[in-house]
Amino acid sequence: MSSGTGPSSSATSSRKVRLATVWLAGCSGCHMSFLDLDEWLLELAELAEIVYSPVGSDVKTYPEGVDVCLVEGGVANADNLELLHQVRTRTRVLISFGDCAITANIPGMRNMLHGADPVLRKAYLELADGSGQLPHAPGIVPELLERVLPVHELVPVELYLPGCPPSAARIRAALEPLLQGGWPELSGADLIRFG
Amino acid sequence: MSVRTLRIDGRDLAVPEGTTLLQAAREAGIAIPTLCHLEGLSPVAACRLCLVEIEGTDKLLPACITPASEGMVVQTATPRLQDIRRTVVELLFTEGNHVCAICVANGHCELQDLAVTTGMDHSRLPYRFPARRVDLSHPFFGLDHNRCILCTRCVRVCDEVEGAHVWDVGWRGEHCRIIAGLDEPWGAVDACTNCGKCVQVCPTGALFHKGDTTAEKHDEPAQLQALVHARHHQQWNP
Repeated sequence: MSSGTGPSSSATSSRKVRLATVWLAGCSGCHMSFLDLDEWLLELAELAEIVYSPVGSDVKTYPEGVDVCLVEGGVANADNLELLHQVRTRTRVLISFGDCAITANIPGMRNMLHGADPVLRKAYLELADGSGQLPHAPGIVPELLERVLPVHELVPVELYLPGCPPSAARIRAALEPLLQGGWPELSGADLIRFG
Repeated sequence: MSVRTLRIDGRDLAVPEGTTLLQAAREAGIAIPTLCHLEGLSPVAACRLCLVEIEGTDKLLPACITPASEGMVVQTATPRLQDIRRTVVELLFTEGNHVCAICVANGHCELQDLAVTTGMDHSRLPYRFPARRVDLSHPFFGLDHNRCILCTRCVRVCDEVEGAHVWDVGWRGEHCRIIAGLDEPWGAVDACTNCGKCVQVCPTGALFHKGDTTAEKHDEPAQLQALVHARHHQQWNP
């Protein structure tokens, strides 16, 4: 349940909010929706510093001291898991961003096959044209987890932003109060609908 | 006609004997969420979303089958009830495989709507991801057990309105599912008249028209209600 007030120390207006976005196992549609904020992105740039983002920054390492992070996607492989733990340790307000992060959604449909090995066999051997082989490149291709998990089943989450994808208006409704030191109250079909 | 007076959410109401708490509340404009209930079909109190608190008893009672009685004091939306309703919706979402984004009923689904109504922005319960089947043996319709919430509207409409009784509930616990005929492929059941009433009343995307793709299914309970009303009032008799 939402705490209603969020973490105690709120961002002050004396400095820009340090904002990050992270892309785990999702289609990047949530990030595309983020870009759909269009001209409000200019206002966002006034209020926030983008410190890590696949669509707004070229930084490769998730930094320390992040105020707000939008996490898109479920947690499907070892890289996702490692990055999520970094995000949790270094971020004050973690937002579970979109249905994949909140429910595992489409990536989570592989969970119905019960395990990483059956999924790999199905995709790379059973459905291949006779020349299939299982991917194996340790250190390059991250290992699949047995199940794709929603973010909040692994780390605490401060705010949930459902939708596939959440609309730009919904993203703004969540971000705007946070950037001004407040806390968003998300309810109703415009703001919390799945799908 | 005998009248019962009662109080719902602080409002004094007078209703005819035999009125359910759900009917009384709705007539007074008090919204109680429901899912298995559908006007025109017999109530079964399966989904437990309409549970209400009644003064003098610790038991929560389903408004859809509890008759209004004299002097009842009813609460329909206490924090306890609101938490129970959200939990019920979370149980429904996590028990099956409900992937709104790719569902035929996306945007017109009663379960999806209830997540909004109950404030479910995430599930506090873990998802089960059960292995479920899809029955596409019928020439016109499909049944996706992943999306079925066992409300039994299809069972009731086929039995009570169409009179064909194609559907039943088979098995127990996590294996419980809707079955056609004697647990046969739907298309193999001769009793089915292909009327499509089960598809019309299904609150989710579990029953659908073949050919409907994402977000294209609209359930149409109003057609059922018009039919039941016309039969009841013998509107088609000369």
